[in-house]
Order: sequence, then structure tokens, then C-alpha cells
Amino acid sequence: MAAPQVKQGPTQARVDALELPTGGWSTPARQDALARVQAMGLPHARDEYWKYTKPASLVDAAVILAAVYSTDETPMFGDMDRLKVVFVDGVFDADASDDLALEGISIDRLADVKDIHWAKDLYGVLEARGQDPVERPLATLNTAFATDGVLIHVTGTPSKPVNLIYRHDSETSDAMLHHVIKVDSGAVLTLLENGPAAARFNKCLEADIADGGTLHHVRTQGRDHERRAATHIFARLGAQSTFKSFTLTVNGVMTRNECVIELTGDDAFAHVAGACMGDGDFHHDDTIFVTHDAVNCESRQVFKKVLRNGATGVFQGKILVKPDAQKTDGYQISQSLLLDEDSQFLAKPELEIYADDVACSHGSTSGAIDDDALFYLQSRGIPHSIAQDLLVLSFIAEAVDEIEAEALREEILSRSEAWLSRHRND
Amino acid sequence: MLEIKNLQVKLEEEDKQILKGVDLTVEAGKVHAIMGPNGSGKSTLSYVLSGKGGYEVTGGEATLAGEDLLDMEAEERAAAGLFLAFQYPVEIPGVGNMTFLRTAVNSQRKARGEEEMSAADFLKLVRAKAKDLKIDADMLKRPVNVGFSGGEKKRNEILQMAMLEPKMCILDETDSGLDVDAMKLVADGVNALRDEGRGFLVITHYQRLLDHIKPDVVHIMAAGRIVKTGGPELALEVEKNGYSDILAEIA
Ligand SMILES: Nc1ncnc2c1ncn2[C@@H]1O[C@H](COP(=O)(O)OP(=O)(O)O)[C@@H](O)[C@H]1O
Ligand SMILES: [Mg+2]
Repeated sequence: MAAPQVKQGPTQARVDALELPTGGWSTPARQDALARVQAMGLPHARDEYWKYTKPASLVDAAVILAAVYSTDETPMFGDMDRLKVVFVDGVFDADASDDLALEGISIDRLADVKDIHWAKDLYGVLEARGQDPVERPLATLNTAFATDGVLIHVTGTPSKPVNLIYRHDSETSDAMLHHVIKVDSGAVLTLLENGPAAARFNKCLEADIADGGTLHHVRTQGRDHERRAATHIFARLGAQSTFKSFTLTVNGVMTRNECVIELTGDDAFAHVAGACMGDGDFHHDDTIFVTHDAVNCESRQVFKKVLRNGATGVFQGKILVKPDAQKTDGYQISQSLLLDEDSQFLAKPELEIYADDVACSHGSTSGAIDDDALFYLQSRGIPHSIAQDLLVLSFIAEAVDEIEAEALREEILSRSEAWLSRHRND
Repeated sequence: MLEIKNLQVKLEEEDKQILKGVDLTVEAGKVHAIMGPNGSGKSTLSYVLSGKGGYEVTGGEATLAGEDLLDMEAEERAAAGLFLAFQYPVEIPGVGNMTFLRTAVNSQRKARGEEEMSAADFLKLVRAKAKDLKIDADMLKRPVNVGFSGGEKKRNEILQMAMLEPKMCILDETDSGLDVDAMKLVADGVNALRDEGRGFLVITHYQRLLDHIKPDVVHIMAAGRIVKTGGPELALEVEKNGYSDILAEIA
């Protein structure tokens, strides 16, 4: 099937501007993805799934410039013992990275061309499965053209987290990375990601979590004001496995984070959460799709957005419960705190349930700062601006609390606090 | 300490006059009580003095130790030494009680040009004061007032007052919802703060509290005015006969 007429030109223009990496085990998957993306066409403003977010700047062949933001603060997660893997504008930086050897995991790079690799069974596979029932062509484009990424096989419990660090040094960079994580039965990994990555970043993460495996994922998306990003997470969960993912986004003119989770084994947990804080020219979209296809699984989606000076937040979240997924416990909440009347929050929460013995709930709210709480704090001598910051932190706390490790929760809260103190209106 | 002259207040959003000329002076070292029927404007007076929005002062003045209160932001009034123990303390999920207290103490110190309290000194002080009020470590750790019982909320108000050491304390129905033991704890907390340099304005319906916190002066408020002022015996009279005799007498 050919892509709709309106999509053919822009899709071909984008494909023509890219170079398909060749050679090695990933070639068939890339060629398949290229055919798929050409058949689908890249997202268009009239697509229902892109109703609230304009896809053009993520789709177009040309990259819009994004100034590089520099700061002398301690790098994110800087005080933690972690294995650093650094990409600068999408290019692996061996000097800045640590030795990739660590007990309990093996880390390879997608760009290291080999003929045989375990990742062959997963690369593009979870992404392709995630195209039904809704197309996610930017992820398919990524499978075809990603220039690098990490392939992590977790066989045990490594002593420290793996931290993917994405630096942005060029105003015109257009980076595409694709990671594959395979968590074996009983294995546990904490994956950290931080940094803006590029002027435009397209990132795909496929995670296959075997029975009883655990993946904790905490990411922050960097403060570069003008950057754009489209990211996808595709996670498949086996029985009694756990996947927890949290994302903090501050700044960035355009961010679309999609997360597609499939619970395929009984008694599994999937928690996705996010907090974003936007000031001014900021558009942030969380698009989540959780499919329950096994018995007695729990999924949670907790998203908080703090918006001011015309910032826009979008949430599209769906829980799909298949006919045999009895005893499903599905929870979804998306809330925005609008700090002024110029900002907006657009939410589309959806439940689609085909099993009868399930407990699913969802809610979405938009509100302002609670005047009574503000007065209470001020009446104790806390200045208005600090009182407001405390209430904002209190608002995002429910999402941050989804992070398992206390040190990471505190890191996220202290970064949020610092951001707020730099973005006061008064 | 606190001087209120002919204070007139209406709602900002509505044409409703609530305070119709309140005159009241609380001297340093003294405890004044305000009693009065529901809806007479007692809470409004406490809110207007502490700077809550939604009210419009249409006349009169209020000063604290000679400083014009009505011109200041709520946080400035607090730093100047005014404290209100709320009738309904507000729950703030996600903000730890300790963080809240430390931020409050240090914000006030900063506003007064004093040095901030070190984390260690603060911890020591808060633990000692909390112990007196039978507030346990768990309550200190929890988010502000979240999941606190009515009595715990009121004790938490007194803890804040003890930590902030204000010059002028207004207690709005701090006794409501308290059992006898909790009332005693709260009253002891207040009495521990009684000091020559500090004034108290205690709003209450009941003589009960005034048995523990002995007032020097008792005022009766009705329909937005102080209608009668007397000694401690006035509270006893209200306890015995209610407000109707007093209201009839001035009508
Ligand atoms: N924010 C408000 N909105 C509407 N009415 C108010 C508001 N604040 C006070 N009032 C009204 O003002 C009057 C005095 O209330 P209040 O000060 O709470 O009395 P008290 O504390 O003596 O019971 C009441 O009639 C009350 O309904
Ligand atoms: Mg009242």
C-alpha cells in the first residue's frame, strides 16, 4: 500500500536526505523499515494521532537551527556512580565514555558492524509490533536510518546504572539513535538518559524484559531551549517483570515522547511517569499506549505538566485491555498546572477494555495554583515566589514518586527546584 | 502591639460589608479574647490582618508595633512578627512538614536581615518543640497537614508558632475539634510562649480554652463590630447565658 498522496513528497524528501547504513546484521531490518516507512508515510498535520502536535519540524528534511545551551552546573546524575556512554550530536564519544565492560551486562554499539548479533531478533521487531493499531512512522524511520545506539544485554545485576549522555554541540545536528535492551530472566538494570542530544533528535528504545526481569529507566531531556525531539520507547514485558520509566522535561520547543508498552506475561508491572515544566515557547507531548495481554498485570501512567507563558502540554494516553487480560489493574492520571491563562493543556485519555474482570481508572485535570495553600505558606513568611515553587514541586511530586530509587527522586526534585528558581515571573 | 482603628472591610468580589468599624488594641504581654456568634467576622478580621486576598479594606487602619500592616504582603507581615493559627489549616501534599518549617523560619530570618539557621540547629530546635507538643518524627516527615487528624493539625499550628516566635499571635478557633487532652497540649504550648513582649488574640467560642489560656481582656464581636469589652468575667457570662442577653442589651 502506498502512502497517502500528501505524505509521499515529504517522506521521500526526508528519506533522500538520509543515508541508509549498510552491512552487518541490521541490514535486513533496516531495509524492511525503509519499505514500511515509505508505505506509511511520515506523520502529517491532518493525522488524528497528531491532532495536538504539529509534526512538520520533526518530519521535514531540513533541520531548524537550535542554539547550544551551556552551563557550568554539575552534570545531571553527576554525583552518582554510573557507567557513562556519551554521544555528542548523535556520535559516540569514546574519550568521554567509560569502559563499556561491566559485570552482569554486555554493551555493544549499533555502529560496530558485525554479521551476527543477539540484537538481530529484537532490532525493529518491537518497533514493528508497536505500529498496530496506531502507526508510529518516525520510529520506523529511526529503525531504518539510526546511525548508532547501544545494544545492552542484561544477564545479571550490574553494580551501577548505565547512563546514556547526549550532548548537543552543533546548532544544526540531526541525530538518530536506536537502542536495544534485552533483560534476561531475573536480571535488573537501571538505565539513565540525559541531555538534549542534538538540534533535532529522533530516538528509539526497544526493551525486551524477560520473565522476572526489571528495567528502571529515568531520563531527563536537557535544557536547550530550541531543541526538538521525537522519542519512542517500545517495551515488551514477560511474566512477573517490571518496567518503570520516568521522564523529566524542561525547556525544548518541541518534544514528542511516545511510549508503547505490551504486557505479555502474567503478573507484570509497567509504570510510566513524567513531569514537564515549560515556560514560553514550549510544546510537550506524551503519547502513551499500554496493552494488557496477560492476566493480573498492573499498569500506571502518571503525568504532570507545569505550564506558563504560553507553553503547551499534550497528553494522549491509552489503556487497551485484551479479552483474556483478566484482573488487569490499569491507572492513568494526567494533570496540568497552568500558571497563567496563556498556557494550555490538551488531553485525550482513552480506555478500551475487552475483558470483564478489570479495574481501570483514568482522570485528567487542569488547574491553577491553589490560592489557599499559597496564602498559608506566605502567612508563614515564605515569599510568594518560593511559595509558588513549593506548590509546583508538590504538584509534580506524585509523578516523581514513581521513581524507585530515592537518590534519583532527590536528584530530579532538586533539578526541578533549580529550574523553577531560574524561571520566576517576578 | 496590635492596634486596629475603625477597620472596615468588604468582600472584593461582592458588595458585602463584613467588618463595619473594628477598634481593638492588644498590648504587648497581654492576652485578648474575641468571642461572638458565627458569621460575625472574627475569621475575616484574622485573615485581613494577615494579608489574605479577596478582601478590600474600605476604611480604618491596622498597625503592628507601629508598622502599617495593611500595606504589606502576607509574607512581610509574618516577618514583621504576625502569626495566625488557622481555623482550618491547609493541607499541602508533596511539601514535607520539615521543609515547610525550615523554609518559613529561614525566609523570615532573611527578611529581617538575620542569619539563616543551620540545618543542625534547626533540627535540634524543631525536635525539642515537637516533643513538647507530642508531635512525633513521622508527623514532621509527612507532607504539611496531609492525613493529620483535626487535633494534629492544630498542634502543628502551635509548633509553627513556637518555631517562628512571632510578636503577635492570633489564634482562630484553635480549640475547635480538640478533645480535652489535645486542648491542654495546645494551651500549654501557647502559655509557654506567653511573654512580656508578645501579644495574643484568641478567637474562641468556648470558655473551656480560656480556662487554660487566661485572658486579660474579652471582646464580643457581632455583625462586624466589637460590641462589648470586659474582663475574664465576660467570657463566663457568655458561657452561662449565650450571646442573646449581650446583643439585646446593646440593641
Ligand atoms: N470569602 C468570602 N466569601 C463570601 N462570604 C464571606 C467570605 N469571607 C467571609 N464571608 C462572610 O462574612 C461573614 C463573616 O464570616 P467569618 O469572618 O468567617 O465569621 P466568623 O469567623 O466570626 O464565624 C459571614 O457572613 C461569611 O459568610
Ligand atoms: Mg471563623
